[in-house]
Amino acid sequence: MDKTARRHRWDTKFAPYGYVAPYFLIFGVFGLFPLLYTIWVSMQHRNLLDEGGAYVVWFDNYGKLLADPYFWNAMGNTLSLWLLTTVPQILFALFIAQLLNRKVRTRTLFRMGVILPNITSVAAVTIIFAQLFGRDFGLFNWVLGLFGAGQIDWQAGTATSHIAIAVMVVWRWTGYHALIFLASMQAIPSSLYEAATLDGASGRQQFWRITVPLLRPQIIFSTIIATTGNMRLLAEPLLFNPGAAAATGGSDRQFQTAALYLYEQGFTNYDFGYSSAIAVVLAIATVIVAGLGYLVTKRIRTE
Amino acid sequence: MTALLERPAPVKPAGPSSRARRLARRVAGPWTYAALIAILAGSAFPVYWSFVVSSQTPDAIDSVPPVLVPGGHLFENIARVFDTTDFALAMMNSIIVAGTVTVSVVLFSTLAGFAFAKLKFRGRNVLLLLIIATQAIPTELGIIPLYMMMAEFGWAGEIHAVIVPGLVTAFGVFFMRQYFERAIPNELLEAGRMDGCHSLRLFWHVALPAARPAAAVLGLFTFMQAWNDFFWPLVVLVPENPTVQTALSTLASGYTTDYTLVLTAATIGTVPVLVVFLLFGRQIVGGIMSGAVKG
Repeated sequence: MDKTARRHRWDTKFAPYGYVAPYFLIFGVFGLFPLLYTIWVSMQHRNLLDEGGAYVVWFDNYGKLLADPYFWNAMGNTLSLWLLTTVPQILFALFIAQLLNRKVRTRTLFRMGVILPNITSVAAVTIIFAQLFGRDFGLFNWVLGLFGAGQIDWQAGTATSHIAIAVMVVWRWTGYHALIFLASMQAIPSSLYEAATLDGASGRQQFWRITVPLLRPQIIFSTIIATTGNMRLLAEPLLFNPGAAAATGGSDRQFQTAALYLYEQGFTNYDFGYSSAIAVVLAIATVIVAGLGYLVTKRIRTE
Repeated sequence: MTALLERPAPVKPAGPSSRARRLARRVAGPWTYAALIAILAGSAFPVYWSFVVSSQTPDAIDSVPPVLVPGGHLFENIARVFDTTDFALAMMNSIIVAGTVTVSVVLFSTLAGFAFAKLKFRGRNVLLLLIIATQAIPTELGIIPLYMMMAEFGWAGEIHAVIVPGLVTAFGVFFMRQYFERAIPNELLEAGRMDGCHSLRLFWHVALPAARPAAAVLGLFTFMQAWNDFFWPLVVLVPENPTVQTALSTLASGYTTDYTLVLTAATIGTVPVLVVFLLFGRQIVGGIMSGAVKG
């Protein structure tokens, strides 16, 4: 074998590993390793404020978690916000995509307009929304006042605070889903609609009988994205009521999400073991949800 | 953006001519425009309102009815932000973080994406599957050990603690791989190999030039994400050495909060992404939409 051929062999055999190595090195150390190590930390008693140091307690943190009313409160809030955000996001996104799918002048402007909320920072926007939802001088209450409604203390109630946070999430993500739906809508052959029109189907019927069924994979996919996003919802509840006790998600924990409870246990109580147990439970829940969604999507695709 | 995993709705071969297609696509009527304009207004309103408040005197925020038009105090408020807090440091840190992360993610994603799409090697599929799988689990959930590591390295409170974990993303590798799959015909690379081109030269002279459009979109997304990142910087940084986002949260959480100041800072912190968005909005929209259908 001459020199060139040997070099060629070396190149095809080993060079690719060199190209993917930077990714796997950095991701392995700072992404995958912490994710896996969380499991080990979750089996320890490990509190930064404890002078005694860390020791293994196996499943004690999980036992404590199951009996912890604050944890269940946070899970309940997460579930409530999931319902309040996912359904409106998908419905509004379908509606907006349908509008944008028409022949619209300055369509780029409108497309950019719907995605604008998604590119703005969650911290800035949540602080802005917290002002808009203010009790005494908030714009939303002022508008409601015009219609004769009283001053709502949005942060104080469970339902009202969930609605306010859901508005922030829906505002931020609807446009993103709308663009995904729009892209798929444009791939639907117009002959389907022409045939339906000839058969006398109304626009509404065409939407529910043709558009929505053909978008089913995207709808399910968007639902998964919205769901996994909801599992780590943290910035909105944290910044909705900024202050010394922000991590509790309101005076009564009325809008503390599971991810925010993880943050509270980890970084205000410095209970790393317990916080890690919450992280593991959340990770498992996320994987189950994403996996279920994937299975459903796959079935529909091959049908 | 993980929507890249998704396949498009079943596409049957387009039957009718493009003229018929154009006729079939409904022309937008006045109601459509009215609805779209309302949506546009709703999308832009919070950012606009924040700008309005930042151009008013501090008492404007407590006024009834609320102020809805800009005033003449913008520069005064901006000066106040930079005087009362170390917002200049926050901006500097955010620029360094977002800039470094963007360059690194684009470079390493292009390199790895090229290898995954166009080179054959043992374990390729397993490694690719690992990348896809990790996209499903939010890395935030490993935040406790990550923080412990940073404390161990003595990086806690420093911006390298924010930069280093962001240097690569699974999404980036996957995104570039998908692009290379479609954008570069295998024959082109075969021809290059016949001419005795080393794979790194192929990467440099064939793949990289072809990757420019996708790399630009990835760069835009990465910059915006890095600029807007909140959770990890909040955990690992200290108030004395913030990014823009953590500085905002510190500003907003004082016992007596000057909301004009906070919203002015929020407005300033939004300007860089807004500029990027106004310059490259078309590419950003296109990236999201193609992410949904091409796979």
